[in-house]
Order: sequence, then structure tokens, then C-alpha cells
Amino acid sequence: MRKNNLCLLLFAALLMFSSATWSDAAEDNYKNYCWQCHGMTGDGMGLNVQDMSVQPRDHTSAKAMGGRSDADLFKVIKEGGLAIDKSVLMPPWRGSLSDDEIHDLVKYLRKLCQCG
Amino acid sequence: MKYLFLFVVLTVANAALADDGMVILQKRCASCHELSGPAAQSVQELWQRKGPDLFYAGSKYNAEWLEKWLVKPRRIRPAGHHPVQHIQPGKKRDIIDTTTLTPHPALLPNNAEEVTEALMKLKASVEMMGTAVFKGGSISASFGEMVFDKFNGCMACHEIEPGYGGLSGPEVYTAAKRYQADYLVSFITDPQAWNPKTPMPNKHVAAPNIQKIVQYLQALAKENRDEKK
Ligand code: HEC
Ligand code: HEC
Ligand code: HEC
Repeated sequence: MRKNNLCLLLFAALLMFSSATWSDAAEDNYKNYCWQCHGMTGDGMGLNVQDMSVQPRDHTSAKAMGGRSDADLFKVIKEGGLAIDKSVLMPPWRGSLSDDEIHDLVKYLRKLCQCG
Repeated sequence: MKYLFLFVVLTVANAALADDGMVILQKRCASCHELSGPAAQSVQELWQRKGPDLFYAGSKYNAEWLEKWLVKPRRIRPAGHHPVQHIQPGKKRDIIDTTTLTPHPALLPNNAEEVTEALMKLKASVEMMGTAVFKGGSISASFGEMVFDKFNGCMACHEIEPGYGGLSGPEVYTAAKRYQADYLVSFITDPQAWNPKTPMPNKHVAAPNIQKIVQYLQALAKENRDEKK
């Protein structure tokens, strides 16, 4: 019995280490992927905005973000702007982030806008 | 027989060049560049890498460009390797803190030849490369720009000429000089296969349009916009 448990444990550990990629904290993901356009403070004034034809959303604005449900936010992060009839400039992130990481980002956005 | 002899001499000479190159790489480059892989597996690990990974250099670079650049390096990424480490809030948008960007170390021409020889031996795995290949063909720069910018939004992060476009990614007007066409197709198809934590998103561009984008990058490279800077 003891031995069986140990085997299970080892198996679980193996699964963890062999799983595709590491899950990162929402703050790190936001910095790595979203800062480029949405800015260091999330106000939509990132490094890239100068020559962009549509400006990134201000994530700190309760007015701009309050009308969106968590499901809306999840969808636009995963599938990109085009999936909700918005700009192609908002990229889809399903190639970079797992569903769990996207859920964490939605919570992170709620903290930024202090809404919902 | 004479040719066989010449062939053997040349092969041995090349191998010796590559060996010397590897010694230089270990001594002068390994502190910033990963030479044996794998790619970073977490965002934190990525940020600790001071320069781009070189462990698949032989499947990525055009040798001719590489040798020239190592003698006379010039900046490729306007905001550095990890923009998050080189930006600060500005009045209208985040701006680059250029005081934190340092010039890249340069090599003497004979050392650059040795290092290029060694780097070109470092090949990517089949998993990274995938099955993508560039099929050739050409496109006008103006139609190419529509595909790159309007339809796919790539310009948001990439400059298509000095001073025009996004700043978080590498300039693309020299991309086709720097990189092999097959690599470009493969990287755009699946950036995360090369670097799981790269800030470049997979935009799921349809395969025929990826061919068009690489044709466009080649058209841009021919305009030598970097030399007019
Ligand atoms: C290449 C630039 C760019 C990057 C990088 C980017 N965005 Fe966006 N984002 C935009 C633009 C532009 C819009 C506005 C789209 C519109 O209004 O048509 C937008 C809009 C949004 C919206 C609002 C959508 C709505 O319902 O109106 C959310 C939420 C969002 N982005 C989240 C994120 C997150 C999270 C990340 C990082 C994982 C991210 N974005 C990275 C450009 C970007
Ligand atoms: C102090 C850290 C550092 C050292 C040492 C260093 N590099 Fe780099 N290297 C970088 C950074 C940062 C970049 C990105 C530069 C840019 O994009 O402008 C870079 C870029 C490169 C590139 C181009 C990468 C690309 O895909 O665009 C090559 C090739 C390269 N380095 C080779 C070398 C070689 C060979 C050596 C040793 C002789 C070396 N580097 C030493 C930091 C370093
Ligand atoms: C959100 C910003 C962003 C968008 C949008 C984006 N890229 Fe990138 N791109 C990057 C970054 C950052 C890198 C550097 C990747 C690295 O070092 O891992 C990059 C790298 C590249 C490279 C060079 C590969 C290399 O190894 O340096 C090419 C070519 C490229 N992108 C093409 C495209 C194309 C085509 C599109 C549109 C389909 C696009 N990019 C959209 C950020 C972006």
C-alpha cells in the first residue's frame, strides 16, 4: 500500500514536470505580453501605441472596463479582438497562455479597473 | 584524386575554424546567450537571459549576414532584448530609457568567421522547425504592407522602416537579411515552438498568407531601409 502511494506520487511529479509549459503568475504574464501595448500602468499608453490605428483599451478605467463580463474578457484575451468584432491589433493569446492563466489575468484586470 | 585531397583539406580546415569559434563562444558569448538549450520555460527565466538564444543559430541565420553583423553589430530591437527592462512611463506613452541599452560586443573579422562557422553548426530540433517551408515567389511592397499591417496587425509591434511601427519587437525591415526564409515561415506559424514564453503572439495567420508575409519581408530587405538610416 505504502509503495503504491509512493508510485502515485512519483507519477504525479513526473506529470507535473513533463506538462507542456510552466504556468506563470498573472503579474508576470501581464508584464511580458500586455505591457507592450496596454502600458506599464495598464492605462493603454504602452510603448507601441504611436503608430497604432486603434488605441489599446485603458485597463485602469472602470468606465471602459465595467461593462464587460468575465466571460467577455476571457474570450477577447483567448481569441483576440476580431472574435468580438474589435480590432485585429488586439492579438489572440491562446498560443501563449493556458485557460488557467487567462482566468488569472481576468482577475488581475478586475483589480486594475477596480470594477466587477 | 587532387580534388579529393582539396576537399579533405577544406573540410578539416572548416572543422578547425568551428572549434576555434566554439572556444570564443564559450568564453565571450555564453554569459548572455544560451548555446545548448532548451528555451526558457517560465517568464522569470526568460527575463534572466541577457541575449537571444543561439542554440539553433544554424537553422535561423543567414551566414553571410551573421559574419558581417558580428564585426559591426547594430541594434535590431529598438527597446532591447526584454523591453520590460528598458522602458519607463512617458508623457504620451511608455518610452525607451536609452541609457540602459549598451552596444553589442564586436569581433575581429577572423574571429567572426570562426564564430559564424561554429554557430551555423547549431541546428534546431524537428519539433521547433515543424514542416513549414518557404515556397518562393514575390509580392509588391504595397500589397505586402496591407497583409502585414491591415489584415494581421503585425506592425503594432514591429517597425517596417526606421521610426515607423511598433517598438517592442525586432525591426522587420532587415528580418529577411538576417534570417533564413524557412525559419521565418516556421517562426510566424508557431512562435511558441521556438520560444514558449516569447512576447510575440501566434496570430494564427493562414498558411498562404504567411508565405505572402515572408515575400513581403524579402521585398522590404531589398529596399535597404537600414542603410538609409
Ligand atoms: C499589439 C498590441 C496589444 C497587445 C500586446 C495586447 N493588446 Fe489588448 N487591446 C489592444 C487594442 C488595440 C485593443 C482595443 C481593441 C478595439 O477597441 O477595437 C485592446 C483591447 C483589449 C481589451 C478590451 C476588449 C473589449 O472588450 O473592448 C482587453 C480586455 C485586452 N485588450 C486585454 C489584453 C491582455 C490581457 C493582453 C495581454 C495578454 C493584451 N490585451 C495585449 C492591443 C493589444
Ligand atoms: C552582455 C551580453 C552579451 C554578450 C556578452 C554577447 N551578446 Fe549577443 N546579444 C546580446 C543582446 C542583448 C542582443 C540583442 C541585440 C539587439 O537586438 O539589438 C544580442 C544579439 C545577438 C545576435 C543577433 C540575435 C538576433 O537574433 O537578432 C547574435 C548573432 C549575437 N548576439 C551573437 C553574439 C556572439 C557571437 C557573442 C560573443 C562574441 C555575443 N553575442 C555576446 C547580448 C550579448
Ligand atoms: C505583441 C507584439 C507582436 C506582434 C503583434 C507581432 N510580433 Fe513578431 N515579434 C514580437 C517580438 C517581441 C519578437 C521577438 C521574439 C523573440 O525574441 O522571442 C518578434 C519576432 C518576430 C520575428 C523575428 C523572429 C526572431 O526570432 O527574431 C518575425 C519575422 C516576426 N516577429 C513577424 C511577425 C509577424 C508576421 C506578425 C504578424 C502576424 C508579428 N510578428 C506580430 C512581437 C510581436
